[in-house]
Amino acid sequence: MTKQNLALLILIFLLALLPLTESRFYIFLGTDILIMGLFAVSLNLLLGYTGLVSFGQAAFFGIGAYTCALLMKKASVAFPFAFIAAGISGALGALIIGFFCIRLTKIYFSMLTLAFSQIVWAIVFKWNSLTGGDTGLIGINFPQFLDSSTRFYYFTLGIVVVSLFLTRKVVDSPFGRILTTIRENPERTEFIGINVKLFQLIAFMISGAFAAISGALFGIFNHSLFPDLLYWPQSAEVLIMCLLGGMYSFFGPLVGAGIILYLRMFVTSYTQYWPLIMGTILALLLFFFPGGVVGFLKTRRIFSRGAR
Amino acid sequence: MLMVQNLKKSFDGFIATNGVSFSIQKGELVSIIGPNGAGKTTLFNLITGHIPPDEGMVNFKGIDTTHMPSYRICRLGMGRSFQRTNIFPRLTVFQNIQAALLAHKGKSLTFFKPVESFFREESLDILSRVGLKDFADTISGSLSYGFQKQLELGIALASEPELLLLDEPTAGMSAQETHQTIDLIGRITREKGLTLLFTEHDMEVVFSISQRILVLHQGRLIAEGTPAEVRHNPEVQKVYLGETR
Amino acid sequence: MPDLSFLLIQCLSGLTYAMFLFLIASGLSLIFGILRVLNFAHGSLYMLGAYLSYFFASQFVNVPGQFWWAALFAPISVAIIGGFIEKLFLSRLYVREELNQLLFTYALVFIISDLAKIIWGTGQLSVSRPAILKGAIPVLGQYFPEYNIFVIFLGLGIAILFWLVLTLTRWGRIIRAAALDREMLGSLGINVNWLFTIVFVIGSWLAGLGGTLVAPIAVIVPGMDVEIIISAFIVVVVGGLGSFWGTLLGAIILGQVTSFGILVLPRLSMVFIYILMTVVLILRPWGLLGKPLRR
Repeated sequence: MTKQNLALLILIFLLALLPLTESRFYIFLGTDILIMGLFAVSLNLLLGYTGLVSFGQAAFFGIGAYTCALLMKKASVAFPFAFIAAGISGALGALIIGFFCIRLTKIYFSMLTLAFSQIVWAIVFKWNSLTGGDTGLIGINFPQFLDSSTRFYYFTLGIVVVSLFLTRKVVDSPFGRILTTIRENPERTEFIGINVKLFQLIAFMISGAFAAISGALFGIFNHSLFPDLLYWPQSAEVLIMCLLGGMYSFFGPLVGAGIILYLRMFVTSYTQYWPLIMGTILALLLFFFPGGVVGFLKTRRIFSRGAR
Repeated sequence: MLMVQNLKKSFDGFIATNGVSFSIQKGELVSIIGPNGAGKTTLFNLITGHIPPDEGMVNFKGIDTTHMPSYRICRLGMGRSFQRTNIFPRLTVFQNIQAALLAHKGKSLTFFKPVESFFREESLDILSRVGLKDFADTISGSLSYGFQKQLELGIALASEPELLLLDEPTAGMSAQETHQTIDLIGRITREKGLTLLFTEHDMEVVFSISQRILVLHQGRLIAEGTPAEVRHNPEVQKVYLGETR
Repeated sequence: MPDLSFLLIQCLSGLTYAMFLFLIASGLSLIFGILRVLNFAHGSLYMLGAYLSYFFASQFVNVPGQFWWAALFAPISVAIIGGFIEKLFLSRLYVREELNQLLFTYALVFIISDLAKIIWGTGQLSVSRPAILKGAIPVLGQYFPEYNIFVIFLGLGIAILFWLVLTLTRWGRIIRAAALDREMLGSLGINVNWLFTIVFVIGSWLAGLGGTLVAPIAVIVPGMDVEIIISAFIVVVVGGLGSFWGTLLGAIILGQVTSFGILVLPRLSMVFIYILMTVVLILRPWGLLGKPLRR
């Protein structure tokens, strides 16, 4: 058992103990961080590993959230099926959107992801009869067997751990390694015999599926959904989480999510100017800590190892 | 092995390649020379499928590859190095080669096995062949220019090509580095029976190891033949008048 | 069949909106073309222009020509702010990957937006129209505001002025060359750093001017930055990133689509502009009049 795996197991164990604190606040924050952490890791599969800067990840988050919630509320579908359907809808949405987006490069790719996500937002916003539009979709209850915050927390923990485990496997596999070569040099990767577009599309779909799963969890956690979940600042926020935590590491985005959410909760209790704080943090990050928190920690560890 | 017919390509009105035709037999060592801007890299890009030609045809091993995507052409057995160093900077030297092997051996779509265990020996083998075994765990982006070029050669070789296209393999190298690189290339080419097509500016290199030389000027092939023939070709002399050897 | 005067009024409204879009988008396009930075904060600069025109208008409350003083000082102030941002902060990020610059401009959106709230509060503000443009002109039986006509002419005037500068002056040629090949310019002995700053300043001035001009006819309110930047993106995508006439064309198209879209398909008009952006990106990513980016 490697040191890192042991540390992870301990962490998971500690997280499992969280509800024992009997604090609604911590359970709430914990669930939020887990959900957004998964969302951020899903984006980082594209951003940090494949080098695709997507401004539209919120679209899949929203698709997953609304699919699950609508199936449960309007079609009375049982939660497990609705949940799985959400994941599939995310993958399908990513297949369609990704198919068009990967044909472009760099800034055009990013703008097209933004455009598509705005289309999805606009559809959700306007289709009042289905989604409740601006007034939102409310009254999304916990499913029967998860009818408490604590139970839902454990469920979320389980789903997120499994999802991260799967994503980790993918990232550490030959497929994952090829993704990094695509990030480093797509031209060269093409000429070692890789159909780069196919790999990018697959990465897009995996990323979309997990984003949708995190969205589905969010819908239930929040008991309501509003279209601004899909509006582009949401995509930007999760991008910032990846950057803050460190996009070249697997757990970086999780760290970033934790920091942002905790800070947001902390700051908003004192002032309404959270965006100002977040903007300043982002700016400081860009200037002084380009590798994010995890990147920074890694360099310090290497530094101290060398000094021995 | 390779046959190129009447290739034409222009960019925004600028004619980069103007009706180039030639063929290369298996096992030959052919070089393409020409002044800067003659269109050598464009020609390579056309052959390797990076850009589609406006007119003309490329035939590799009897198959029409004119409009084939690059990755398919690579899989057919063509390898290439690039003018600007083209490696995977943030990966280690070992990982660079391993990635090429993963692609070549068809293991790239494996999702659930850890990548460390794949092709360790084969990668190290290729690394020793290009003289980089000691650098296996170095981040490739931090290598010196010369070593990066060697790594690039290693990546190209990992795909076990039959035809190797090298775009200015000794660009920016000192005399000693050039010598080493050419020795290396010569050795590997003979060992593996590769067919080699390369572009070069260094005339010493060109005349010492080429069996045949193609001279490109303003997108057209103006001369073709053995080193001796080319050296005495009046057109070539005109084009190179004033250029130092 | 709606009557002609109504159609004409809609067309003119669309054209007015197009001029605002043009002012913002041209600055955005200019900055992208030369600095290769997609300035998310451009909408924030526009918003600052609006807030600053309110500020200057209140300084000149009893002075004749109140609006015109504001229109003079506000865009210049925004330009100066833009210059500071570029010189002190953005320029330090040029050595890094493009994503860093993009995210910095995004951070600016948050910062500027909240600073505006701190200084001016969250209520709706407005600036009154200049006295000589308070009326309306009869157009085929309906009335169209004089101020809007002024905006249309001013916008076109600025477009022509810029086109003349770009094609006829030395600086214009330098700017166009920079859009094509930045590295070359450095070797020609031109101080590329100052060029970048100047371009950013000009772009900021244009955004500030847009905000100043919109102040009398729209409410000055938080959120106007986010609203306009997406539309500006659509304009530059449709017209072509880095293309001058493309930006004007894109602005006119978007202006008319917005203006008529609301009438024809009110439910879908919002979706339609994003679909337009998507279709252009798919079929012709460099826009109607742009050129493909160099690899």
